[in-house]
Amino acid sequence: MIEFTTWDILRNLLLAARWTVVLSLVSFVGGGIVGLVLLFLRISKRKSARAFAKYYIELFQGTPLLMQLFIAFFGLGLFGIDVPAWLAAGLALILWTAAFLGEIWRGCVEAIGKGQWEASASLGMGRLQQMRFVILPQAMRIAVPPTVGFSVQVIKGTALTSIIGFVELSKAGTVVTNATFQPFTVYGLVALIYFALCWPLSKSSQILERKLNVAHRNH
Amino acid sequence: MSLIEITDVRKSFGSNEVLKGIDLDVEPGEVIAIIGKSGSGKSTLLRCINGLETISKGSISVAGAQLMDDEVHLKALRLKVGMIFQQFNLFPHLTVGGNVMLSQMVVKKTPRPVAEATARKMLERVGLSQKFDAYPDELSGGQQQRVAIARALAMQPIALLCDEITSALDPELVAEVLAVVRELAAEGMTLLMVTHEMKFARDVCSRVVFMHEGRVHEAGPPGEVFTNPQTPELKQFLGLH
Repeated sequence: MIEFTTWDILRNLLLAARWTVVLSLVSFVGGGIVGLVLLFLRISKRKSARAFAKYYIELFQGTPLLMQLFIAFFGLGLFGIDVPAWLAAGLALILWTAAFLGEIWRGCVEAIGKGQWEASASLGMGRLQQMRFVILPQAMRIAVPPTVGFSVQVIKGTALTSIIGFVELSKAGTVVTNATFQPFTVYGLVALIYFALCWPLSKSSQILERKLNVAHRNH
Repeated sequence: MSLIEITDVRKSFGSNEVLKGIDLDVEPGEVIAIIGKSGSGKSTLLRCINGLETISKGSISVAGAQLMDDEVHLKALRLKVGMIFQQFNLFPHLTVGGNVMLSQMVVKKTPRPVAEATARKMLERVGLSQKFDAYPDELSGGQQQRVAIARALAMQPIALLCDEITSALDPELVAEVLAVVRELAAEGMTLLMVTHEMKFARDVCSRVVFMHEGRVHEAGPPGEVFTNPQTPELKQFLGLH
């Protein structure tokens, strides 16, 4: 039987952690773009657009991410579309992230007083101009802490993609355990790596919250 | 032709009719005070003129620009009438200068140097040229309201709507804002103001409109309206018995 040193284990886990980071970034950036579209639909003047965004968000927030991954992975296969694990994982996470970010940001936009909309409207600005120059710059300050905070959820969410066979940190943990028979060491290290990724984000979310002084400067 | 023509305007919120057929024509240079109890519809009327509320019936036009419910027409209308609010509504993320420049650059596509020159001129006019780089939350209420006036003026409107612009101010700050308005009136700006400052209305306005339960109940020059009110409602409102 081959002996594995702790360094062997850690090295392999760290290599796999790259994919956790990549998948998180893709989900977060992609989800951010789709989430922005959802935000605009959600506060649109058109009823149909608002309804679409609302049901989308309810659907994705109301079902487990794991089911969404299964559907993206196996569901599309039923229609003869062969979906590789990375694509299913990326797609499901983007759509899931978008639902949450869209809703977080809607809350931030709605936190901006009606007076700001009215004042900018009375100066002749169109809706997009109001959003771009008046509402979003203010909403963004409020949005930074919860958005950064949610990115932690995205990182932890990527662990689920191990189940459809995407080799990221969690999947690598299982693989390495099967080879080393040291589950406690391996999963302990996996947890530590997740913590090393997530904790700085949580912490910076707190610091940003204090720095932007959301509660006091927003009026 | 009058500058602002309000013809048989009706407005309902649900089943509650707040404006029950308003007719009012405003000539260029007129300064009109709209007075009345809260709930009489005076703020709603003002907000309708600028398209912040849609009207259920009737028509409003300002210098030929009709009030219609699409962005193109609304923009054309809003370029002609500026509005000043009770709560100032300055943009807190921009400096005073930025507040006065933004809509010029965004709506009129004025180049930055020109917009800045206009902004400085307008701030000078309201006596705040030294506050160009300050943020709104560094100013007193009275100063903020004067910035709001400068911001509206920078769009070169032909009429200004003032919605209880001194009601959120501490008593000692009211005068500085009214002084600016008084000056605008003297320069010939057309003003429609909802106000509770009866003394100001009496001194500065050319016409006083008393609204009651969604209608223009009584109107006329301040001398007549204040000294010789015709209806019991106005007498009661003015505290005369």
